[in-house]
Amino acid sequence: MFGNTTLTQFLFGRLTFEAIPYHEPILVVTFIAVALGGLALLALITKYRLWGYLWREWFTSVDHKKIGIMYVVLALVMLLRGFADAIMMRLQQAIAFGGNEGYLNPHHYDQIFTAHGVIMIFFMAMPFVTGLMNFVVPLQIGARDVSFPFLNNFSFWMTTAGAIIIMMSLFVGEFARTGWLAYPPLSGADYSPGVGVDYYIWGLQVAGVGTTLSGINLIATIVKMRAPGMTFMKMPVFTWTSLCTNVLIVATFPILTATLALLSLDRYAGTNFFTNDLGGNPMMYVNLIWIWGHPEVYILVLPAFGIFSEVVATFCGKRLFGYASMVYATCVIMILSYIVWLHHFFTMGSGASVNAFFGITTMIISIPTGAKMFNWLFTMYRGRIRYEVPMYWTVGFMVTFVIGGMTGVMLAIPPADFVLHNSLFLIAHFHNVIIGGVVFGLMAGIVYWWPKAFGYKLDPFWGKVSFWFWLIGFYVAFMPLYVLGLMGVTRRVSQFEDPSLQIWFVIAAFGAVLIACGIGSFIIQLVVSFLKRDQLRETTGDPWDGRTLEWSTSSPPPDYNFAFTPVVHDHDSWYDMKSRGYERPMTGFKPIHMPKNTGTGVILAGISVVFAFAMIWYIWWLALVSFIALIATAIGHTFNYDRDFHIPAETVTATEDARSRLLAERT
Amino acid sequence: MSETQVQTGHPEAEKPQFYLTEDHHPEGSTMLGFWLYLMSDCLIFAVLFATHGVLGRNYAAGPSPADLFDLPIVALNTAMLLFSSITYGFAMLQMERGDKVATLFWLAVTGVFGAIFLGLELYEFSHLIHEGAGPTRSAFLSSFFTLVGTHGLHVTFGIIWLITLMAQVAKRGLIPENRRRLMCLSMFWHFLDVVWIGVFSFVYLMGVLG
Repeated sequence: MFGNTTLTQFLFGRLTFEAIPYHEPILVVTFIAVALGGLALLALITKYRLWGYLWREWFTSVDHKKIGIMYVVLALVMLLRGFADAIMMRLQQAIAFGGNEGYLNPHHYDQIFTAHGVIMIFFMAMPFVTGLMNFVVPLQIGARDVSFPFLNNFSFWMTTAGAIIIMMSLFVGEFARTGWLAYPPLSGADYSPGVGVDYYIWGLQVAGVGTTLSGINLIATIVKMRAPGMTFMKMPVFTWTSLCTNVLIVATFPILTATLALLSLDRYAGTNFFTNDLGGNPMMYVNLIWIWGHPEVYILVLPAFGIFSEVVATFCGKRLFGYASMVYATCVIMILSYIVWLHHFFTMGSGASVNAFFGITTMIISIPTGAKMFNWLFTMYRGRIRYEVPMYWTVGFMVTFVIGGMTGVMLAIPPADFVLHNSLFLIAHFHNVIIGGVVFGLMAGIVYWWPKAFGYKLDPFWGKVSFWFWLIGFYVAFMPLYVLGLMGVTRRVSQFEDPSLQIWFVIAAFGAVLIACGIGSFIIQLVVSFLKRDQLRETTGDPWDGRTLEWSTSSPPPDYNFAFTPVVHDHDSWYDMKSRGYERPMTGFKPIHMPKNTGTGVILAGISVVFAFAMIWYIWWLALVSFIALIATAIGHTFNYDRDFHIPAETVTATEDARSRLLAERT
Repeated sequence: MSETQVQTGHPEAEKPQFYLTEDHHPEGSTMLGFWLYLMSDCLIFAVLFATHGVLGRNYAAGPSPADLFDLPIVALNTAMLLFSSITYGFAMLQMERGDKVATLFWLAVTGVFGAIFLGLELYEFSHLIHEGAGPTRSAFLSSFFTLVGTHGLHVTFGIIWLITLMAQVAKRGLIPENRRRLMCLSMFWHFLDVVWIGVFSFVYLMGVLG
């Protein structure tokens, strides 16, 4: 075998110049735009001499607040990429009728719908949720950082490395054409011999390491690092939902890792797990991937529920209605989400009993979710509601999510599912819950906690513009898909015959344009707020009259979060402190023990990208070298015992005095 | 209503303490964190066991466990791994007594037992592949090689980790950081033992029973 291998093949594996898609005009233009934009960004950073600052203060930082912000930046960048895919699909489907093939050939179109799903779930929603949890949870529980600060930095860079691997597939080679879960046998070596599925596998494996470790980190943080007095039933609801989400992450991401590893063995080593012959069973893959995949949607939506709970309580000026029932509902959802996976493939033919079991468990999930909905409504009832932007998103969510939940219960009925399976009705349903639930929640969260992170509020006018575009755009884009789905149109189709369907696709495309305006307004909101930051500045640390501990410290919080560890007596502890005459300590500061920054996370993640690239392109020597480098760097890191330092008491005093002066100026 | 009156009625009620003036030392999270990691690893094995459970009888007209497995060698192999767990326990006892040299000695013995285990496993694998019963032959053999091989990979990493820790203990002694690390590896090592008992029972013994 090696006799035939030329030197080029040894050096570059299956990577050739043909892998560069210079014959696809859309990709060439995209590449030129990305390259020019990238060069401009790099030039600006170099011009303003920001490299050292970025490296010291951000990339190597182990501060949970900075890591959280970096996660959100990653999520917003990937949102733009994922949305570009979305609007290309909407445009294609709106014009590809009656012999018109549209502007995307099937080969390209199939990559786009796969990339859209993968990017939106793994590299938009996941980093967004993880970023908010990272930023908020330690502040809400009165801690100075997470349990394992270095691991936190490493997790972030592994997630970013996964995103880089996925983005590389755009310009070197191709992406998977299998749909976002890459079902075999289509994703096996026989039907997808190219590099697309390998990009998919390695991108997710690298990012999966980060996600799992970050889940472990946050569970340990919530269990072990809470301020004295904060029992489990005094934790803020967002921290509760974060705990449940991270339990789900740790309980499911290893399943994804193992499943994708089995798929890679089929592709690389010729094993027969999911093949059609020699005893393989493709349905085993579908079961395994959904045992991860269903909890995954709850991983995304539970933190959003937590955000809405915080927002509703704050902006209604009331304690959350039914705190205990909210906690129990969250835990019940966490457990139930693990025993419903089969509803994604009722049509597999498991028989009536099995389908009935999973149909019923699925319907039961709507009970705790409904309880939450009533808790939010009863919190608003007779509350002193302030309609700030986060509250807009919350009310928009409550209406939209209920509709999405009801279509979900329809899909949970197995006989109905046999008609609706893989139709656009399903597409409309899950976008209804993911946009109406997760995205609206994240938008509410970003507006709500922005002043905490940066010290100024976001401009409310553009926030409201963005909200209305998103809300109306969502309905215009997805209600037509419900109609089309009921008429029997299936998903992932790039061309249509029946011209009577076209009007619905045109309406949907118009909806996508409205959502694009929503995203545009959001970006304008960020820019305008940055320019007007002096007007929007808030110096109290508590701009919304908040109820939980993150609002008790300054905005942005100092590196050490709290000069003295708070003591908790009640839930809504900051509200409790304010109403019982808490006075801010002004003296007696002590040195604070903190972890040191380290560049190891960046380096390990960088080597992982090289390793993944070598595996994707069969460059075995490079894979071996980078793997050894990975192990050696990790071992080398453990020989560094000098990992922490003390912030001197004088620095703490100076920081706190500066805040005292700001607070005094206001009164 | 009456509740609010009670509260406002006693404005002078003593003000509770809202912050600690002394340094707050939350108890260490490492053991919990490492335990959580082990549970996530356990799920990887759960997937492989489940896959073996589903595909383990799909011989594709090829050899079955009764044709392939040599139980005496596997029993010897199992003994090696169980012994290594006992000797790791001895190392931990010496660590508690603060005896660095004895700790290193028992860690080395553990590593030797682990290496013998790996050697026997590699011998078994190469033997099977020579007989034409490699991982590509049938779904049963794919799942067998993957489950047992994943365990073997874990033992390999355990040995690399063990050597690293021995170097660190030799260099810096039994300082708190190193004790914590030895404790983590201890949990990892015993965890692999437990997984192996599952492999031995379900894959080998029940496989041969047919």
